[in-house]
Amino acid sequence: MAKGRVAIVVERCKACGFCVEFCPTKVLALSSAFNSKGYHPPHVVAPEKCSGCDLCGMYCPDFAIYGYKNPVTKNEAPQPEAEEVRNEG
Amino acid sequence: MTTLVNPTPINPVEPFLRSDRMPHIWCPGCGIGTTVNCFAQALIESKIDLKTLALVSGIGCTGRVAGYVKLDSFHTTHGRAIPFATGLKLANPKLNVVVYSGDGDLSAIGCNHLIHAARRNIDLKVICVNNLIYAMTGGQTAPTTPGHAITSTSPYGTFEPAFNLPHLVEAAGAVYVARWTTYHVRQLARSIGEAFKKKGFSFIEVISPCPTLYQRRNKLGDGLDTMKYYKEKSKTKHGAPTSEIGLTMQGEIIVGKFVDRDRPDYSALLKAQMHESLGERYVDYDEEQGYVCADGGCAEDSCH
Repeated sequence: MAKGRVAIVVERCKACGFCVEFCPTKVLALSSAFNSKGYHPPHVVAPEKCSGCDLCGMYCPDFAIYGYKNPVTKNEAPQPEAEEVRNEG
Repeated sequence: MTTLVNPTPINPVEPFLRSDRMPHIWCPGCGIGTTVNCFAQALIESKIDLKTLALVSGIGCTGRVAGYVKLDSFHTTHGRAIPFATGLKLANPKLNVVVYSGDGDLSAIGCNHLIHAARRNIDLKVICVNNLIYAMTGGQTAPTTPGHAITSTSPYGTFEPAFNLPHLVEAAGAVYVARWTTYHVRQLARSIGEAFKKKGFSFIEVISPCPTLYQRRNKLGDGLDTMKYYKEKSKTKHGAPTSEIGLTMQGEIIVGKFVDRDRPDYSALLKAQMHESLGERYVDYDEEQGYVCADGGCAEDSCH
């Protein structure tokens, strides 16, 4: 199970690519999909590598992405997908 | 979309933002939002009571920060962020006053205020986002524009020598001087936290990309290319002599904490001088009651 996951607020993204470039474990890539402003927001390509360090969130100039650590609990079913898309904001 | 076992944590920066104003006006690839993240992180880590915090911005792209943060913030007239902040600090010495503005606002139109606030050592935390150009007005040459850069007012290249801001404020008397780039997010957050612990004039310069005006006219790519340049060409040298850290066009950027010293700040000097001159007639600022008259209840209105 991945140590962390990222949440992306797609509508705030301006596709600068900072999160994709500076993610230490290369979890992200810019997707081919558009948001309503015509930018390509990032999406998760390697969810298992995410450490939840929130460096993407520190770099994001548009406050559109953040990482967080998964709670460490025993006997928890593995969650394959680490991406969560939020449409607020 | 996966259903989460635990409720989704919110973005740690979100409580510090006026979310209804998002998305902000800053260009794609601009670094100002990144500096806001670092500032918010520093506030979280230093556990400052937000009721004792005031943020003052001038005019310009960075001046918009005051409108986007959910703090007591002031969006002041051009170049006058430091005078407003000085007034705030003198009227209510309990406040932590942060000046958050750009290089054009602080070092061009407000440069006198910058050096005099440093000379007086007023307890302000100044965060200067330096994008090397006047960005909001259309990319004119600023006092910080490095040599040979093409701007809208210097189409054949800038030839004026540029300001070296850390050197300027150190010479004027600042107690804490640091420089980082928007690539150095963790270091910047730590540095802002250190500045909060200092008593006196603290100055943090943050080099930030301006993809729309500076990078485009100089054919330097977009914000991401500039961030890669920062990563490649910046060198951390704590305590480097500030006279040797001037910026050059696409040259090496020396980052780090350059000055960390102690000098009596403005209020301490004021207190000492007034005690010397007035003796017992001078009443100190009271943490609980604010400024009070020596006589207690004073009949004259003009006294208060």
